[in-house]
Amino acid sequence: MSLLTVEELGKTYNSGTKVLKNVSFKVEAGEFVSIIGPSGAGKSTLLRCINRMVEIDEGKVHFDHFDVGNLNKKDLRLLRTNIGMIFQHYNLVPRLSVIENVLHGRLGYKTTLQGVLGKFTELEKERAFFLLKKLGIEEHAYKRCDQLSGGQQQRVGIARSLIQEPKIILCDEPIASLDPNASKVIMDHLKSITLELNITCIVNLHQVEIARSYSDRIIGLKKGEVVFDGPSHRLTTDNIDIIYGTENRETRELITV
Amino acid sequence: MNEKVMRNQRKKQTIIFSVIIIVLTYLSANITGFNILHGIATLPEAIVWIFSNLYITQESLEKLPTILEKLIETILMSIAATTTATVVSIFLGLMGSKTTGTNGVMGVFARFIASVSRNIPVVAWALILLLSFGQNSVTGYLALFVGSVGFLTRAFIESIDEASLSAVEALRATGATYFQIVYKAVIPQCLPQMISWILFMIETNIRNATLVGILTGTGIGFSFDLYYKTLNYNAVALVTFSIVIAVIMIELISNHIRKVIL
Ligand SMILES: Nc1ncnc2c1ncn2[C@@H]1O[C@H](COP(=O)(O)OP(=O)(O)OP(=O)(O)O)[C@@H](O)[C@H]1O
Ligand SMILES: [Mg+2]
Repeated sequence: MSLLTVEELGKTYNSGTKVLKNVSFKVEAGEFVSIIGPSGAGKSTLLRCINRMVEIDEGKVHFDHFDVGNLNKKDLRLLRTNIGMIFQHYNLVPRLSVIENVLHGRLGYKTTLQGVLGKFTELEKERAFFLLKKLGIEEHAYKRCDQLSGGQQQRVGIARSLIQEPKIILCDEPIASLDPNASKVIMDHLKSITLELNITCIVNLHQVEIARSYSDRIIGLKKGEVVFDGPSHRLTTDNIDIIYGTENRETRELITV
Repeated sequence: MNEKVMRNQRKKQTIIFSVIIIVLTYLSANITGFNILHGIATLPEAIVWIFSNLYITQESLEKLPTILEKLIETILMSIAATTTATVVSIFLGLMGSKTTGTNGVMGVFARFIASVSRNIPVVAWALILLLSFGQNSVTGYLALFVGSVGFLTRAFIESIDEASLSAVEALRATGATYFQIVYKAVIPQCLPQMISWILFMIETNIRNATLVGILTGTGIGFSFDLYYKTLNYNAVALVTFSIVIAVIMIELISNHIRKVIL
């Protein structure tokens, strides 16, 4: 059985327009998948249906042994502890230290009281430092997050998701606010997470070239529909034209550069 | 050329604006029968009266212990009203905020409470509560409390909304529970701002407490009223002076705390 199965997923927000239509695909354990598509195509919405940050209207999402659309509160928590999430704006608590933010990734495993009191085990703290070291930001452990650069903050975000010991990590435009150098560092880390830890990554991206060079597979989304799904090397310029609706050469160059 | 046109336009606007102000002032003075010239003319007289009556004498200084006792009572009541209001407002603020609200009905309720109790002045609350609780310190306390709940709830909703949406989303995605999110993301992020609002509320309440005290016959307001009605203007001066000093001191303290936490 695949790690993740999305079947005929449909989503409509209150505003009435259908944001996702009949989306179906499967993701195997250890895959690195990029989702590309123009702004408003529904990429963020699709990711958020997988950990049910938004409700699923039609169709089914199966993750591991979870039927994501049909979970009680307790099981939904359990599902989310298994899924890491990384955001464009890092979504850290800026006033708290790096190490505190990393440990937030363990809250899903704790009772409310343990979490509120901040009772983390020695093992968890060691693990947090280990991850920070691996991501090259160990020396910032006690700094406040708002004193870090964007690239460093995103690495804190990665550490927070890794300490969850997830089976999959969902990344919503992880490098959209970063310069090319920091972007490369982040993408390299994500890639090595998949290769070394066998954690699946699904990454929403705006840069087609980066998607092509890092991922095993690309899913192209347009107006809520899957218009391309295949290995990265099979993504042709024609496919890109269809995904982005770019007929002329200049706009395509803007996207692919 | 362009600049000239713009400058001319601005000149025109200034003139129109001034004319409107003058007309409005004239009209409102006319309607209420308030004679501006007469008001200005009596100003020197009033100042002379203040300086010849409102000064502190040796005799009035003997009343200082009583006045200080009342002053401390007033300050403590203001702080108590603020802290108890804070507890209620944190709850209402969490409910009313779009980030942390759990239930639409509770959210509407919280915002309703905030706007009702905030848009009625504290003096009006004191008068309303006087009817049901009579002239005692409970009435004064409640008037301050109700006003504070309205103001703080509004302030907390805004602090929570602007400070923590993204971190709340991230913690929700890790599987954290509601209270874990509140304690680990919302409170740490909003605390400095919340403390700042609480300090502001204490300052405001100490100022309001004097007025409320006059109405409800408690605290320093009572002393003020008493000496005023018995024409003991030297004591009135002392009361006023001590209130001013107290307010300035509280302001200095809270400014210092703000500097440390922000
Ligand atoms: N919470 C929401 N309520 C109502 N409509 C929403 C909501 N979130 C997204 N939408 C709408 O759904 C559509 C898809 O949004 P989504 O954020 O999934 O697109 P996206 O592909 O991630 O775009 P981008 O590349 O700009 O991030 C948009 O038209 C958006 O306006
Ligand atoms: Mg998006």
